[in-house]
Amino acid sequence: MSILVDKDSRVMVQGITGSEGSFHTAQMLDYGTNVVSGVTPGKGGQIALDGKVPVFNSVKEARLETNANVSIIFVPPQFATEAIIEASDAGLELVVCITEGVPVHDMVKAKRIIDQKGTRLVGPNCPGIITVDECKIGIMPGFICKKGNIGVLSKSGTLTYEAIGQLVNAGLGQTTAIGIGGDPIIGTTMIDTLKLFEADPETAGVVLIGEIGGQMENDSARWVKENMSKPVVGFIAGKTAPPGRRMGHAGAIVSGGDDTAEAKMRIMTECGIAVCESVAEIGNKMKEKLNN
Amino acid sequence: MKIHEYQGKEIFKSYDIPIQDGYVIEKIDDVLETIKKVQEEFNTEAVVVKAQIHAGGRGKGGGVKYSPTTEEALANTKNMLGMNLVTHQTGAEGQEVLKVYITEALDIKKEYYCAITLDRAQIKDVFMVSTEGGVEIEKVAEETPEKIIKVWIDPLVGIKSFQARKLAFGLGLKGNAFKIATKVFMKMYKCYIGTDATIVEINPLVLTEDDYIVALDAKFNFDSNAIFRHKDIAELRDINEEDPTELEASKYDLNYIKLDGNVGCMVNGAGLAMATMDIIKLAGGEPANFLDVGGAASAETVKNGFKIILSDKNVKAILINIFGGIVRCDRVANGVIQAVKELGLTVPVVVRLEGTNSDEAKTILSESGLSIIPSNDMKDAAKKVVDAAINN
Repeated sequence: MSILVDKDSRVMVQGITGSEGSFHTAQMLDYGTNVVSGVTPGKGGQIALDGKVPVFNSVKEARLETNANVSIIFVPPQFATEAIIEASDAGLELVVCITEGVPVHDMVKAKRIIDQKGTRLVGPNCPGIITVDECKIGIMPGFICKKGNIGVLSKSGTLTYEAIGQLVNAGLGQTTAIGIGGDPIIGTTMIDTLKLFEADPETAGVVLIGEIGGQMENDSARWVKENMSKPVVGFIAGKTAPPGRRMGHAGAIVSGGDDTAEAKMRIMTECGIAVCESVAEIGNKMKEKLNN
Repeated sequence: MKIHEYQGKEIFKSYDIPIQDGYVIEKIDDVLETIKKVQEEFNTEAVVVKAQIHAGGRGKGGGVKYSPTTEEALANTKNMLGMNLVTHQTGAEGQEVLKVYITEALDIKKEYYCAITLDRAQIKDVFMVSTEGGVEIEKVAEETPEKIIKVWIDPLVGIKSFQARKLAFGLGLKGNAFKIATKVFMKMYKCYIGTDATIVEINPLVLTEDDYIVALDAKFNFDSNAIFRHKDIAELRDINEEDPTELEASKYDLNYIKLDGNVGCMVNGAGLAMATMDIIKLAGGEPANFLDVGGAASAETVKNGFKIILSDKNVKAILINIFGGIVRCDRVANGVIQAVKELGLTVPVVVRLEGTNSDEAKTILSESGLSIIPSNDMKDAAKKVVDAAINN
């Protein structure tokens, strides 16, 4: 078991003929992901990746012809929300948007549209999802992962890798790792993901990595307190970030209320999450919690 | 991206939102002429002299002066132009005033607050107004939250007049002022959407003695991800308001923010970059910067990053922390060597490379003969770089 994706996921790549799209499709195929089709409007009929993946003009066509149920998006930011809405309209169950730099007003609208359709979106501005040894729908280095029983959930790409690296060093493998994205408006939230990990029988504990800005970490901490039976180890990046400055991620900005690292860490601790003061403690803390 | 008040008011004007109008000067030679122009055009003896810097809290810092006579306006402008204005947002070092905005003075009956921003949790825009105008809204929110009236706007639907009426009623407005305010709120939302703003704030919006509604200030923050479709707004950027090192870094497309510490850091990924700053602090040091070299850190990016970090004279040691995914550590290692050879090793450098091709990278660094301090994990790296900074 795992969450969201597994060896049966049939993946289509939107923007497959672009440089990012083709590079990461090759990487996904190497990992064993079942990439069944690609979409680039105007390039339908081509076969991408040395004859491995057929390209279609629209998501709907690609879905009908290849029975894809998950899409990953690599299109430029100005077209990303259109690609999301197209995927939702074509009836895909899960859409993963890697694209960074999506205008926030576009994203607010897209999110409201796809919510009405019931499409699950991960991202934008995220590294994607990996279910270890089964399926990688994203851009993370698959080889750092090891099969095991820890779920990893993070707003940041490289911090996800850092957490995975530490878990492996501590002798712990992962079920699924998911980067939900660092933008102010994202599809799948922390609570959505925690619910999935809680329900997954193979996941024994969860690493939750957040950062400054917004209330998502606080909301999920309260949810954990009420609903989560599995241990959660938490970390919040940005304790030293100056207020009012955007720290790389569009959503990582302290703008008032309980959106500082200190406030989030306090609320998470109050809600029973094992919070790491230092990023270097993540792996060992998870090991400790599992042994308790 | 932020802009000046006078620029924000020009945008308001284009959306037909009534503003307290005036002219901007940059050279003191133009002062008398400009004051006269404002007095004549707006039919007022009294004017307001306002420092144009991006930071808020100008009034308290002495950057806004009511000037009842020409003489006072002259004196106030002369004092203000070129002054170093310190507000709670500029920090102790302050910001030099290079532009002064001379505006009409209005007879004010009441001051209100109004703003539109994104509510991340609700996934809607939130429009807030308050009768407590002209003061810090954070304070109002904390002490008397009931004095803030909010409506949430679904961007798929847009603002509806009943929502604008709710806001205007909430401010206790009546008659003509009520009608004008309702229209102003509708236009303000149109402006927020039309400019891809993340915040549009008017503080204060005033009710004049003759029952008119006027924007006395204009604060905008624009979504930098959407600037590509607003060339006119991009042109409003004022590089004098930016830190010179940050400006230089932006030329290389580096995501750099200058801080006050002495431990420089170069990291791939925003989350890991923040976590690296945090762990430097935990190890007893102070980070000198945030620098995310991004997912595609090449030898070139590493070199530019080095240049930027070293241009900050406070930096006593540098930590390079890369978790290679797409980024190959051996390439980063070669970039480090190239940068050190070109720029010299003027401060100790600690390097931690993990992930794709990290073993090759470690060999490359150890065989380079350069006195780079290797490290295997973040805790060790932070300790080493802080020690190096202290001993340097």
